[in-house]
Amino acid sequence: MTAVTPAPPSTAVRPAPAGAVPPGRPAGRSRLRTLAGFAFGAALLFAVAPLVLSDFRLALLAKYLCVAMVAVGIGIAWGRGGMLTLGQGVFFGLGGYAMAMHLKLADAGPGGMPDFMQLYGQLDELPLWWRPFASPWFALPATVLLPMAVAFGLGSLVFRRRVRGAYFAILSQALAAAMVILLIGQQGTTGGTNGLTDIKGFFGYDLDDPVNQRMVYFIIAGTLLALLALTRQLIHSRYGELLVAVRDGEERVRFLGYDPASVKLVAYVVAAGMAGLAGALFVPAVGIISPALIGIVPSIEFVIGVAVGGRATLLGPVLGAVAVAWARTALSERFPGTWTYLQGLLFVVVVAFLPGGLASLWALARRRDVAAQPLRRGRLSLGRRRAERTEVPAA
Amino acid sequence: MSLFRGRRILAGAMTLVAAAAMTACGSKTTDEGGATGVTADVSGDTVKVGLLNSLSGTMAISEVTVRDSIMLAVEEINAAGGVLGKKIQPVGEDGASDWPTFAEKAEKLISEDRVAAVFGCWTSASRKAVKPVFEKNKALLFYPVQYEGLEQSPYIFYTGATTNQQIVPGLDYLKSQGAKSVYLVGSDYVFPRTANKIIKAYAAANGMTVLGEDYAPLGSTEFGTIVNKVKSSGADAVFNTLNGDSNVAFFKEYKSAGLSAAAMPVVSVSIAEEEVKGIGTQYLEGQLTAWNYYQTTPGAANSKFVAAYKAKYGADKPTSDPMEAAYVAVHLWKAMVEKAGAFDVEKVRSASDGITFDAPEGLVTVDGKTQHIAKTARIGKIGADGLITEVWNSGKPVAPDPYLKTYPWASGLS
Repeated sequence: MTAVTPAPPSTAVRPAPAGAVPPGRPAGRSRLRTLAGFAFGAALLFAVAPLVLSDFRLALLAKYLCVAMVAVGIGIAWGRGGMLTLGQGVFFGLGGYAMAMHLKLADAGPGGMPDFMQLYGQLDELPLWWRPFASPWFALPATVLLPMAVAFGLGSLVFRRRVRGAYFAILSQALAAAMVILLIGQQGTTGGTNGLTDIKGFFGYDLDDPVNQRMVYFIIAGTLLALLALTRQLIHSRYGELLVAVRDGEERVRFLGYDPASVKLVAYVVAAGMAGLAGALFVPAVGIISPALIGIVPSIEFVIGVAVGGRATLLGPVLGAVAVAWARTALSERFPGTWTYLQGLLFVVVVAFLPGGLASLWALARRRDVAAQPLRRGRLSLGRRRAERTEVPAA
Repeated sequence: MSLFRGRRILAGAMTLVAAAAMTACGSKTTDEGGATGVTADVSGDTVKVGLLNSLSGTMAISEVTVRDSIMLAVEEINAAGGVLGKKIQPVGEDGASDWPTFAEKAEKLISEDRVAAVFGCWTSASRKAVKPVFEKNKALLFYPVQYEGLEQSPYIFYTGATTNQQIVPGLDYLKSQGAKSVYLVGSDYVFPRTANKIIKAYAAANGMTVLGEDYAPLGSTEFGTIVNKVKSSGADAVFNTLNGDSNVAFFKEYKSAGLSAAAMPVVSVSIAEEEVKGIGTQYLEGQLTAWNYYQTTPGAANSKFVAAYKAKYGADKPTSDPMEAAYVAVHLWKAMVEKAGAFDVEKVRSASDGITFDAPEGLVTVDGKTQHIAKTARIGKIGADGLITEVWNSGKPVAPDPYLKTYPWASGLS
């Protein structure tokens, strides 16, 4: 699985100033490098991985890539926007439940009810709020739009009131806890702690068939690449620069006449949409969505992946999320009794010795190169690294 | 301009996805028999079995004892020559108290290790998570814990009690003791909620009143309010489906509120010997439990089991119902395989009906139709020494009835 760690294109590590091309780096070369990076990633995901991995391992990779999608969103909100969201599980869950509800209804057939409802709920008919999810035209957009709407509602409330730092983190976490309690309490209509399981089909395709599982994997890999492309455009745009400016000096940006609240809101909503999409694709890949996947602990685990990978970079969150998830599987298979200690040790080592995450290995290797650059670029890069280190507890 | 470029990359990626999806279209849900099972690897002189328990997380304290018990059974069988001449090679995986992880590890055990059977799972949520995995791969799971019934998967053998072997006898006992009203306290998850649904149906048909029903989140230790409500309800008895740590807080609060086993007995269905040790006997003495096995259950088979367990893991380690059910599961699987003469899952299933084993709890018989086992129901009283002594038993093994079809009052439940 380490095969999915393409060398990050250098442009991703150091964002170019908006509307301008860094000196000494022609636009054509930068674009070429990015395209080459994407081509390399696509080749790994679409050609190498399916060839070398067994069906079981490929399904695991699909699961990791879903987590990586959430991580890309956290990279924008936290790495670029400085908003430590400890509640991405909520958006992941909204997307996942929306998709699972549709698939459960599709399995049950027209007019049918999901199996668990008759078992635990003793309902005579489908609850009202389940009904729209029978239509794919509602359920599919809902997997992304529902989390975005919730993020918009919450974000416009808190960012206007200038809630930030630890308070925002606590708030986002409380939302995750509240959602889990709500889902568990409504066992008859949400499946309670069991969640929604036993999903048989995916838009008419039998999910038990390995060929279809592979198709789901391809969809996930393609979506992740598309999200990465989108994110690259976002962070290299004028807006992306503004977002970083808000992260590093919100008051200054306000004095310049921008509205930091709207800037943060956009990043938060985009991150929520990505988490929702990830949740929606997680369901056919893994076949389950349950409160255990969206509560406080998994929400924190999403963030850990991003921190390990390097939150402010484009590929760092993806690498980190995949690496953490892969390490979890590999360690627990090798050492079923003691793997949790080893995983903890891994986090401590990475955070203590590589505060910039795995992606900063690349920057470390190029440090001499950076030092040799004109002062302006060196300062920019050092400043960012320092900001990263000091901001982690406060952000 | 930058947006335009973004679209081009996006379009490229989308084309790639579409191309990949086109080439990879498998069977539709409408097709018959899309997936085929994975066959176990029994080519060598060993046969692998999977052990799927939580070794980390909140459930570890309970599930590790089950793992130990399965290992004991495996060792016993290997010492006696194995199964069909092959030694059992256990492959352990950690479910980590996380339901999706259980599903992932089950898939790994079946498709990578190609085990002949898997033993494990504790919570209903973990069983529900792995059920589709076993059904898809047509592989066998032996589930050793009492549960809420209303389930019958062709690829799961349930060696713990279903509701009519534990909860219903518990209620019968309370009724025979003259209890006219009960208060229901449980953890907020599937087992307590489903169990309480059954209890309410039973109460309605048997002239009992349910005076209240309260749920605490799993792991909650705040029971002041609930205990006050229980106390002021003046119920004759409490039916407790709390799980894990919550029991510690609940019983401490219960005692400090001045309630006692004599005035208002609590019947618990998730407290076994291991948990009694953790909660403290001073809070539990005299309270009731409903199970199928206690460490004190008489019989040569149990003396042998308890002695072997203590010799292997330490004299201070108690044996409990889920541990016994897990131990029985391994032996039953061996008997089924030997009757079938093969490890093949379908052959093992069809050989299962009528298999008996002289278990520590007494004679158990596999019911091939429901894939549950007939077990003797036992009500016990917790003693000052932390052991549970039987105060009532059903006299003979109770046939499993996971959907409570033979109970008229339960007709509306499933």
